[in-house]
Amino acid sequence: MNGDERKAMIELHHVHKWYGAFHALNDVSLEVARGEKVVVCGPSGSGKSTMIRCINRLEEHQQGQIIVDGIELTADLKQIDAIRREVGMVFQQFNLFPHLTVMENLTLAPIWVRKMKRSEAEELAMHFLERVRIPEQAGKYPGQLSGGQQQRVAIARALCMRPQVMLFDEPTSALDPEMIKEVLDVMVGLAEDGMTMICVTHEMGFARTVADLMVFMDGGEIVERAPPEKFFAAPESERAQLFLSRILSH
Amino acid sequence: MAARAALWNDPRLRAALFQAAVIAGVVALGAYLVHNTLVNMARQGIATGFSYLDREASFEIGESLIRYTPADSYGRALVVGLLNTLLVAALGVVLSTVLGTVIGIARLSRNWLVRKLALVYVETLRNLPLLLQLIIWWDVLRVSAPPPRQAWEPLPGVFLSVRGIVFPVPVYSPVYRDMGIAFVAALLAGWAVVWWGRRHRARTGRAVPTATMAVALALGAPLLAFLAGGAPLAWDWPTLRAFNFAGGLSLSPEFAALLFGLTAYTAAFIAEIVRSGIEGVSRGQTEAASALGLKRGQTLRLIVLPQALRIIVPPMLSEYLALTKNSSLAIAIGYPELMSITNTTLNQTGQAVEAIALMMAIYLAISLVISLAMNLYNRRIAFVER
Amino acid sequence: MPPRAFGWMRANLFSSVGNTVTTLVALYVIARVAWGVVDWGIVHAVWTAPGGRACEAASHGEGACWAFLREWYRFILFGRYPYFEQWRPLFVVLLFVALLLGSCDRRLWGMRIALLWGAGLAVNLWLMLGGVFGLTYVPTELWSGLPLTLILAIVGLALAFPLAIVLALGRRSRMPAVRGLCVAYIELVRGVPLITVLFMASVMLPLFLPEGTTIDKLVRAQAGFVLFYAAYLAEVVRGGLQAIPAGQEEAADALGLGYWRKTRLVILPQALKIAIPPLVNIFIAGFKDTTLVTIIGLFDLISTASNAITDPNWRGFYVEAYGFIALLYFVFCFFMSRYSQALERSLARDRR
Repeated sequence: MNGDERKAMIELHHVHKWYGAFHALNDVSLEVARGEKVVVCGPSGSGKSTMIRCINRLEEHQQGQIIVDGIELTADLKQIDAIRREVGMVFQQFNLFPHLTVMENLTLAPIWVRKMKRSEAEELAMHFLERVRIPEQAGKYPGQLSGGQQQRVAIARALCMRPQVMLFDEPTSALDPEMIKEVLDVMVGLAEDGMTMICVTHEMGFARTVADLMVFMDGGEIVERAPPEKFFAAPESERAQLFLSRILSH
Repeated sequence: MAARAALWNDPRLRAALFQAAVIAGVVALGAYLVHNTLVNMARQGIATGFSYLDREASFEIGESLIRYTPADSYGRALVVGLLNTLLVAALGVVLSTVLGTVIGIARLSRNWLVRKLALVYVETLRNLPLLLQLIIWWDVLRVSAPPPRQAWEPLPGVFLSVRGIVFPVPVYSPVYRDMGIAFVAALLAGWAVVWWGRRHRARTGRAVPTATMAVALALGAPLLAFLAGGAPLAWDWPTLRAFNFAGGLSLSPEFAALLFGLTAYTAAFIAEIVRSGIEGVSRGQTEAASALGLKRGQTLRLIVLPQALRIIVPPMLSEYLALTKNSSLAIAIGYPELMSITNTTLNQTGQAVEAIALMMAIYLAISLVISLAMNLYNRRIAFVER
Repeated sequence: MPPRAFGWMRANLFSSVGNTVTTLVALYVIARVAWGVVDWGIVHAVWTAPGGRACEAASHGEGACWAFLREWYRFILFGRYPYFEQWRPLFVVLLFVALLLGSCDRRLWGMRIALLWGAGLAVNLWLMLGGVFGLTYVPTELWSGLPLTLILAIVGLALAFPLAIVLALGRRSRMPAVRGLCVAYIELVRGVPLITVLFMASVMLPLFLPEGTTIDKLVRAQAGFVLFYAAYLAEVVRGGLQAIPAGQEEAADALGLGYWRKTRLVILPQALKIAIPPLVNIFIAGFKDTTLVTIIGLFDLISTASNAITDPNWRGFYVEAYGFIALLYFVFCFFMSRYSQALERSLARDRR
């Protein structure tokens, strides 16, 4: 069957990106299988966010190939739209729509992109609100919720499109410490349910629990990739060692 | 046992005394000024009171929306001036909003030249005094324009000359009234169609192009009424007679200068308001919408515009108010609006205090109405927060 | 052409068919206008001529008459001020410009700059008025042109500022009478056009004063300016006051500072710092609004220019005259607005 042969959900082949003269992504190649959880870490400015933002075309890569679920990512709008329907994204700044209620935030895309009926979309939205454990907030506006609640709503919003892959761009970096756990718990639950995930984060405890593969980036390149046990216990490259010593010291 | 605070140090007593002193001071100052004014006016033989409003004005007014002759009262002259102010303000608001929005969007264009040209427009007009701009417009229209015999005709039937601008207008026919009725009916029907379409989509998920249908209705119904009435299209064409044009709709150079000057100036400010409104919606919003798969048009309509309007509308209303107040500069170029007519009135009657107070009260009333509108709008659309 | 520039042009000017068409149309329009300006302003312009008629003849009506400006620039700038004393208003203008430029430097902000300005204003007043210390007296009726504009704007806002602070503090007061009075004043003044306030000052002020006293026309106009701009400045200061975190006032109260000390030492310095960029914008608006005094009979730049145009010997050089003062206004306002934007950016950086 086609699906079994094509194992990789996301493929990056020799991807390069420049911002003017600055080489943001340098020969990045990565394969993520269906159901695999990849955690990307590295110092700031290393290109982690740029890489995952290229996957759903929020950034454009200039060289190389990006293939999502067999569809190649080019300038073709139809393909971009098709890919975006399959890829969900959670942002560091939540980016909830402040003029809409939580329920409206969740049902917006299913109604307008997947052409669902309103009642169906609302059923779906309530299902995912229960999944992220805040069904009672459906009628509230984002401004009335705490940071942790807002990010969980953002996760539910992405899930309502029933994506094949979830991309997380530093989802807990903007949260107060006591709210990080509630968001990470939701993400762990998603992982256990078999979602393919690429996660850019500094939360190493989460990475140890969930990751199948650790990817360390620095200066726009993938410097090291290894399963978490190996990566945390015995990082091979000097840069990874330096990074881990800094981030794990407290 | 707690000691009672000394009377002198009781904050409430001090506040009360302070306020009493302030009020007493203001009242005393007011009484002093009023007393001096009455004495001075009596000495100069100037009357007091508003009875002058009923007296005959005996001055001409060049342009008026209602019938006016020099035999009418000062009161009626004032009404003429007020209507002229409102006319210029209303037209100015509409035109400057359109122009300003276009330029504001041009400031965000992909084309570098277009962006820079829009920037030049905005910076030039914002950094020159409005009065200077009005005088330049007026001189251009009055001095540099050709005499009627050699009037410039940019479009067939539209003539630009020293006497102003004149347009051809259709001769009125009852069919136009029917067209108007048809248009209003079509608008209502169109609104009903759009409402039905929304419910239909919510129920079945399928979209019907109701917007296009509504627009077609709004344009088609009057057209049908026009054709059904026999398609009357007689034009009142401006024709040159002796020293001026007759027929058509004519705008005096003063009115045209005031309108164009105010429009161009206010448009520069509105352009900046529109630009910062659109830029003020954080990029993350567009990114989140794109990441969810919404197309550009949908993102603009559902996410960006609602948020941009919240940023745009309050300062926009302030600009409208500023435009209305700026129309008072017409006194410098001779257009008979509220300020000019008040000036003539107080020159003739000598009752400066009453005339100026009345004029200020009218402008204040207009300001309050616009401020009220702004507050209502703000309250309705404010983001609900904790 | 270097590849970088070519790529930039591709992206910004020629990225699509529509874009390319727009670019070409825009370039055509710019070229036509630029050619027209150069043709009129340089190619056919006349630089010396004995009179207006001769100037027009020499340029065949197609070119600028710069001879007009060479003849009239002093009148446009200084108006009716006595010809041989015009070094005085010139010095006044230069001193004001120097003070404005110096105030841009944030290191000087504080008591020093206030004292400098005070001294500068006193010197300028003496220079313009004369009558003591060896300068001949020049009555205010003869003050005109650029120095008049600068004086109206600068003195107007300098005097409006303390009044604005009082109004802003009063508006935040918990005493209802004080707050009511301040709100009433601010809303009343902001609801009417400046020209009506100037009219009121010009016509009604003499009536308000006891019999026999007269006020200078300039002083009346200045008073109108001050009363008007105090309301607008008050709103800006109020914005600054509101932007201060509530904790600042609480900390000051906890330390036992009284109302006036707290306001003077803690609240106002922070509020004013935040309020400075919008304050500069109001100054720019005030500078442009000085043109309104021409309507009540003061002799500012618009009056002098209009007068120059109607001189029998040099009639009708509208473009040259108005272009000249437009340039003056533009230069002042443009650089002040650039400064205000730069200031806003640097203050925002500090706060982060």
